Amino acid sequence: MAVNYSAKEEADGHPAGAGPGGGAATGGGGAVKTRKPDNTAFKQQRLPAWQPILTAGTVLPAFFIIGLIFIPIGIGIFVTSNNIREYEIDYTGIEPSSPCNKCLNVSWDSTPPCTCTINFTLEHSFESNVFMYYGLSNFYQNHRRYVKSRDDSQLNGDNSSLLNPSKECEPYRTNEDKPIAPCGAIANSMFNDTLELYHVENDTRTAITLIKKGIAWWTDKNVKFRNPTGDGNNLTALFQGTTKPVNWPKPVYMLDSEPDNNGFINEDFIVWMRTAALPTFRKLYRLIERKSNLQPTLQAGKYSLDITYNYPVHSFDGRKRMILSTISWMGGKNPFLGIAYITVGSICFFLGVVLLIIHHKYGNRNTSADIPN
Amino acid sequence: CNSSYCRNTDRTIYVGHREPPPGTEAYIPQRFPDNRIVSSKYTFWNFIPKNLFEQFRRIANFYFLIIFLVQLIIDTPTSPVTSGLPLLFVITVTAIKQGYEDWLRHKADNAMNQCPVHFIQHGKLVRKQSRKLRVGDIVMVKEDETFPCDLIFLSSSRGDGTCFVTTASLDGESSHKTHYAVQDTKAFHSEQEIDALHATIECEQPQPDLYNLLFLSKYLYFGMFIFCRPLGSENLLLRGATLKNTEKIFGVAIYTGMETKMALNYQSKSQKRSAVEKSMNVFLIVYLCILISKALINTVLKYVWQSEPFRDEPWYNQKTEPERKRNQFLQAFTDFLAFMVLFNYIIPVSMYVTVEMQKFLGSYFLTWDEEMFDEDTGEGPLVNTSDLNEELGQIEYVFTDKTGTLTENNMEFVECCIEGHVYIPHVICLGPFKGEELFFRALCLCHTVQVKDDDNVDGLKKSQLSRRSRIYISSSPDEVALVEGIQRFELLEVLSFDSVRRRMSVIVKSSTGDIFLFCKGADSSIFPRVKEGKIDQIRSRVERNAVEGLRTLCVAYKKLTAEEYSNAQKMLQNAKLALQDREKKLAEVYEKIERDFILLGATAVEDRLQEKAADTIEALQKAGIKVWVLTGDKMETAAATCYACKLFRRNTQILELTTKKIEEQSLHDVLFDLSKTVLRHSGSLTRDSLSGLSTDMQDYGLIIDGAALSLIMKPRQDGSSGNYRELFLEICRNCSAVLCCRMAPLQKAQIVKLIKLSKEHPITLAIGDGANDVSMILEAHVGIGIIGKEGRQAARNSDYAIPKFKHLKKMLLVHGHFYYVRISELVQYFFYKNVCFIFPQFLYQFFCGFSQQPLYDTAYLTLYNISFTSLPILLYSLMEQHVSADTLKREPSLDVAKNALLRWRAFIYWTFLGVFDAVVFFFGAYFLFDNTIVTSNGQMFGNWTFGTLVFTVLVFTVTLKLALDTHYWTWINHFMIWGSLLFYIVFSLLWGGIIWPFLNYQRMYYVFMQMLSSGPAWLGIILLITVSLLPDVLKKVLCRQLWPTATERIQVKIFFCVISF
Repeated sequence: MAVNYSAKEEADGHPAGAGPGGGAATGGGGAVKTRKPDNTAFKQQRLPAWQPILTAGTVLPAFFIIGLIFIPIGIGIFVTSNNIREYEIDYTGIEPSSPCNKCLNVSWDSTPPCTCTINFTLEHSFESNVFMYYGLSNFYQNHRRYVKSRDDSQLNGDNSSLLNPSKECEPYRTNEDKPIAPCGAIANSMFNDTLELYHVENDTRTAITLIKKGIAWWTDKNVKFRNPTGDGNNLTALFQGTTKPVNWPKPVYMLDSEPDNNGFINEDFIVWMRTAALPTFRKLYRLIERKSNLQPTLQAGKYSLDITYNYPVHSFDGRKRMILSTISWMGGKNPFLGIAYITVGSICFFLGVVLLIIHHKYGNRNTSADIPN
Repeated sequence: CNSSYCRNTDRTIYVGHREPPPGTEAYIPQRFPDNRIVSSKYTFWNFIPKNLFEQFRRIANFYFLIIFLVQLIIDTPTSPVTSGLPLLFVITVTAIKQGYEDWLRHKADNAMNQCPVHFIQHGKLVRKQSRKLRVGDIVMVKEDETFPCDLIFLSSSRGDGTCFVTTASLDGESSHKTHYAVQDTKAFHSEQEIDALHATIECEQPQPDLYNLLFLSKYLYFGMFIFCRPLGSENLLLRGATLKNTEKIFGVAIYTGMETKMALNYQSKSQKRSAVEKSMNVFLIVYLCILISKALINTVLKYVWQSEPFRDEPWYNQKTEPERKRNQFLQAFTDFLAFMVLFNYIIPVSMYVTVEMQKFLGSYFLTWDEEMFDEDTGEGPLVNTSDLNEELGQIEYVFTDKTGTLTENNMEFVECCIEGHVYIPHVICLGPFKGEELFFRALCLCHTVQVKDDDNVDGLKKSQLSRRSRIYISSSPDEVALVEGIQRFELLEVLSFDSVRRRMSVIVKSSTGDIFLFCKGADSSIFPRVKEGKIDQIRSRVERNAVEGLRTLCVAYKKLTAEEYSNAQKMLQNAKLALQDREKKLAEVYEKIERDFILLGATAVEDRLQEKAADTIEALQKAGIKVWVLTGDKMETAAATCYACKLFRRNTQILELTTKKIEEQSLHDVLFDLSKTVLRHSGSLTRDSLSGLSTDMQDYGLIIDGAALSLIMKPRQDGSSGNYRELFLEICRNCSAVLCCRMAPLQKAQIVKLIKLSKEHPITLAIGDGANDVSMILEAHVGIGIIGKEGRQAARNSDYAIPKFKHLKKMLLVHGHFYYVRISELVQYFFYKNVCFIFPQFLYQFFCGFSQQPLYDTAYLTLYNISFTSLPILLYSLMEQHVSADTLKREPSLDVAKNALLRWRAFIYWTFLGVFDAVVFFFGAYFLFDNTIVTSNGQMFGNWTFGTLVFTVLVFTVTLKLALDTHYWTWINHFMIWGSLLFYIVFSLLWGGIIWPFLNYQRMYYVFMQMLSSGPAWLGIILLITVSLLPDVLKKVLCRQLWPTATERIQVKIFFCVISF
């Protein structure tokens, strides 16, 4: 449009400047000098430029280099991944033989809670720090209705949101005319099985210390999640006027005995609130620190897992798992990355060879045909 | 005086608002607009609604508005901001641009409307603002002032009742034109006298036609005497023209404000759309179909998946009451819309903005080009529309005018032939013949030489001195002397020149009282009307001259008896008085008068070729562009020019399809003979090219004239009209060059249309410099005007105007080529990057229970097209040069013909590349995240980290893909590409680095930083980028190696040349 108009104006000498006395200015004579375009490299499209072209010759080295870099990286990752110890138990109790089978159809408010114990044996010792995860399958934490069903202001300690949670929390926003804290489907469905690990040696069960701090992101725990503020530190008073999520046995201010792990800043809660990307996921539950350099964190041997089975998954065909894993610089066991690197590296190397052949067979023809011209 | 002329379709104007004497005619007051010029579109009040309405009339904007409204109404996955913000941005930018333009127009209008004008009111001079002028007001205009409206010229300060004007601002012709005051009023010199005038003017309702005569009739009342007087365009002074060499004039306003000829001519012409735009729209429809099918697939799958109640509503994720109660079908429809909204980014808002900006900014490179600036005229190229930039690189047919375009239109006298004797300048003549005197008399009488006053004369003395100090603008003093002889003759009538008759005549009365009619014109229009004279000798000379490429002009005369003259005068008067079909009637009268001539002789002038015309045509032909010359000239002259400018070569076999040939054989036979010749050859050509021996192929040139063309175009009686046309097209297709001579302006447009609508739908370009080329300039896909001598009409109606024909070479072969390559990459890349962007979202639906959960954060969804990936491609589309401009000029490569880069194959390749990349991004991230730990502290990532990882890979891949496609890396490219990647990182750090107080969610808090702290995420990003780019690199290298295109060969060649030096 703009070009259209202005150019037209120029061509026509739009009468804008053609008033009395202005008539002379519209003549071509005065404008000649200004119309001559500048001789700048940019305007003449002659900026100095690097003009690479992708030919077999130039790309060949790149392919070989990628191959040569990727294959060792892949091997490194693969080896690291293989050195990681991981142990996984499904404790859903689908099979009738499973000790947890009796708890399969547990409901939220069953009292006393159903408990079961699963014995297992670690073939290899876990040398470094061990991370204990719980895993859920077929659980759609990434469902849209679920993901948005939270109020981040409430969780950040905003007092007005505490008493008046966001609409997004519906239908878990209020209960009996009281606002729910924390509101929303995510909070309401917080994982509440208790897992305890025992080392069994000669029929004596030694409880393994499970550390419950440091499982959530530091920024989440210290910035994103905050308890409501007010007079004093008494959480019960601060949460006054709110009610507990429907499915929870006790209110949020009674999640833990320690004040720096209670309320919204309870780490189990924070971990749960970070919704998983895929329907099969695991979440960090506890840490098992290596006590001394002399013995491994978890020796090979018999162990038993005590489960307080509260969390029903059978209704949606879900599974529950407990995972013990060591961690390297590149995380847990992940064969994909290593294999992918090796594969891509090999493909690049192979393509490099193919291109080399093509370059030799056809390349000479092209260039020799062209250069004499 | 016949009052039956007075009709509703005409307007009646009472000069000075004086009503006619009672009883003569019923006084019907007519309402006319005031003299306000309104070029602005909006007012302060209607700007917002009107502008919004205009903008949402564009389909794309409307589509985005609908999406935005859907987002507002239903519960959609992405916030309305994601599509509202870009839309708002686009709309605001456009509105600001248009508002600014309109403000400028308002300013110009106001300046115009408020400039002072002198009126006559009650015998006194009054100053008023121009906008207060009304139809019927008497206006005084002084020297160098512009006429404030269309005026009828009543009287001037010059004794002879003439004035001079320049119409430079109307049509660019800076020459002075003479206008004549109305005979009866030219003696009124004072305000009082003028004010006493009692007259009525009847004229046509306003029409935009600037050049054709408009008919006016005027009734004057002097006391009780009533008589009428015809008025013509010589009495009309147009708004926008400037008064020159005349102290002051009086005139009466007849058309004011928006009804002036100038205002009527501002109306914009019809929009032309480029082939790229058309394919872009087709692709859009394809993508719309993809979008709808994606949404449909997901909706259907969602309901299949949800048929198990535990999936639809597991205990942990219950619906609200209203959701449960909602009607199933309504719910399904809402879901469908929600999916549409989720995937709507596949049709990007920003593409339209970027394309517009690319065209707008890109066209500056054309106007900036130093090589296309003409030092002589001080003119550079003009871009009247930037919509067709890329079409310049797509041209397959060039239709060029000859005179003034291929040739300089700068006539040099070569020789004249009088009654069979040839005279050449600087050769001593043998002695005067009787015919000689008559011949030169004819030459000097039969034209309109311009007279100019000496400007240096002091104003007071001017009127006294003006007679003596006239300067004749003429090529030689001899001619001036001859012209001065005009005083011995009295000019009775001028039968002015027009391009249909191709001749002009004057009727003069000599001092002895004899009445002569002198006529000069093209030979074809003179010879049939000649009854005596040395016809054969002159004809052979004329033909010889024509073969040499000279322009010939024949001169003839006849003597009229007093009776014949009075007859002729009566007929002319009647025709001039006619209100309807005046031109037709005049033509008929001219036809009757101009006959039975006595041939005097012929002149020959040479019209030199434009510099580098031959070079340009050769280059265009080398680029595979077919060049057709369309001219009104005679065949021999035109053919000679064609040889001179290398359109026809020595080995070109000329095929003629002319009236002469058709007279010998029937049109049918001629056409079939020609097609046989051509087709036999083309048959052998394919065989030759198979055996690789097609080096010296025979090429054909076709010459056709206007009469033959109209025969071909005329539908046949039996209704099978298409037959000849097809045959003719078939012949043309096999000719390397075609010359159409003896063409009327409308026939030029016909030819262009014929080719344009032929079955290959080639892209056509018409280039010309004169008013007679306007029709073909408007008809062709791209119309180019030469800013030339025959006025600016062509340039004004064209899409692009260039100073010289030679500039066409760079314009088409370099600029057009670049524009096309750039914009096609722009379009394809935009679709590609949005497939990459949206397809992972589609895949993610399979893993989130078809719940329309977006993969990326709102900010990423919003900014992806606006800021993360928009600038590099915009810059690419402005700067890319895949081969250098010099190479393009030297070896015009043809890879872009027929919209090659936007064909389905290319489109499908890009789309599949996009899908492949999207699959790599998504499943790469999927396997990286699937049920495993990717941090070194054992903590887990959530869905937003997953999306951010995919998004990061996406932004890097599409940007690097563009980097791979860039062949011309200036520092600006480096800056933009690396800068936009850096911007993405900085933005992500910032976006995740703060708890944003105004947002009700903090989902991105520290997500990006946490991701960067993870080793596997880094490794994954690098791996996925490599894998995504690999196939494209491989395809590029293999294609270049095994099946190189012409462009690629040249690139390699230059590359190796550079290396070897």
